[in-house]
Amino acid sequence: MSPEANTDRKVRVVIAKPGLDGHDRGAKVMAAAFRDAGFEVIYLGLRQTPESIVEAALQEDADVIALSILSGAHMTLFQRVLKLMKENSLDDVLLTGGGIISDEDIEALEEMGTGRIFGPGTSTQEPIRYIREWVGENRPV
Amino acid sequence: MKQLDDKSLLEAFRNCERRALARMLTRVENKHPSVLELLDSVYDRTGDAWRIGVTGPPGAGKSTLVNRLVIRYRASDDLIGVVAFDPTSPFTGGALLGDRVRMETIGRDPGVFIRSMATRGHLGGLAVGVDEACDLFDAFGHRKVLVETVGVGQSELEVANATDTTLVVLVPQSGDSIQAMKAGLMEIGDIFVLNMCDRDGADEAYRELVSILSIRELDHGWRPPVIRTVARDGGGVEKLVETIAAHREHLVGTGMLEQRRRNRSAAKTKRLVEDVLSRRIWNAARRAKTMNRIASGGSPYQISQELIDEFYEEIHREQAHAETERT
Repeated sequence: MSPEANTDRKVRVVIAKPGLDGHDRGAKVMAAAFRDAGFEVIYLGLRQTPESIVEAALQEDADVIALSILSGAHMTLFQRVLKLMKENSLDDVLLTGGGIISDEDIEALEEMGTGRIFGPGTSTQEPIRYIREWVGENRPV
Repeated sequence: MKQLDDKSLLEAFRNCERRALARMLTRVENKHPSVLELLDSVYDRTGDAWRIGVTGPPGAGKSTLVNRLVIRYRASDDLIGVVAFDPTSPFTGGALLGDRVRMETIGRDPGVFIRSMATRGHLGGLAVGVDEACDLFDAFGHRKVLVETVGVGQSELEVANATDTTLVVLVPQSGDSIQAMKAGLMEIGDIFVLNMCDRDGADEAYRELVSILSIRELDHGWRPPVIRTVARDGGGVEKLVETIAAHREHLVGTGMLEQRRRNRSAAKTKRLVEDVLSRRIWNAARRAKTMNRIASGGSPYQISQELIDEFYEEIHREQAHAETERT
């Protein structure tokens, strides 16, 4: 063993695209950015149901669920995921995400109980910073 | 589920709350200070799960095959556990764990618990606590645990040592026979799976594989068979399931299972001792000291001896201290 720091705690993020839109470039860009930031990314890919996403987060003991939605169905999908998270007592897991979502809708979602939601034009660094801070505050080892 | 103390976590685990299993697996990954105690508390519940390692080069279809095997095993309604490894980047420490994408069908089945694990700090892919993870699945009541490897490096051997039956998955294009022998995969397989057998060159690859295996020494009368599959559509999977069962019978019948599991426990004990000591030795102070001594031109041979001597002294001091406390 080399005398380097014991960094055993990793931030674990489930990335998924719920619903039917087939554009996964954003999800892949964020997956790579999270990996490069030292996170462990559990990538679920396209066409996930809220049920399969929450189930994966439970099994993977994820700190964060990050959804990418470009279909316009974000209000319904985020709400459904939130509800399932509550039912499975994932009350210490952050739900965040991004996509083509208007400022008004972002406000409504955050009101509903999601974490921060990121609209078009966000740099990859912003969600990384946000997740690091959130995990540090809410899920210390 | 907020932060749980060890006692409630253990209780939740015994009540078969899946979130507790997830939390315990995280503790294994993070080498949480209380993890050995927790594992010890559930150890008497282990021993019933059959542990199947699935190894082979990247792109051979391991995840797809695992998906098929699990679907087949679920027919008997047993709980099935899956551990899927992907590599940690040695540069950033991050990892992209993508095996669930190919396990979508079983990911929706509440009788299946999939855990994606990164190899973490170990270059060459030594799996962090794969054995401990299997123990947890076993103790939780899973009757089969499938472990899928990264596909390169030392992790393959690691997984073979931690499982009861090791499948080596190859494809017709895996390269010539000498490549396969070089890779070290030929020694660890109990069963060989030639996947993607609908591809060109499958017959030739099959013959070649059988011929290489025919020169391998028999393991208590077991000659590793070659099973042809097309995991994509499930072809050959039934035959594979039968062969895994036959291997199990063989191990039980010859008494090899006992011996293998004893060897496994011995290797694990050794590893746990080394791990605990190594972590104790490499505290922040010693890491800093090492760097300082090297920076001032010290020889690694000398520094290591100094560190060991100091460590022994530290132990002696602690013992002497404990003695005076007692009297």
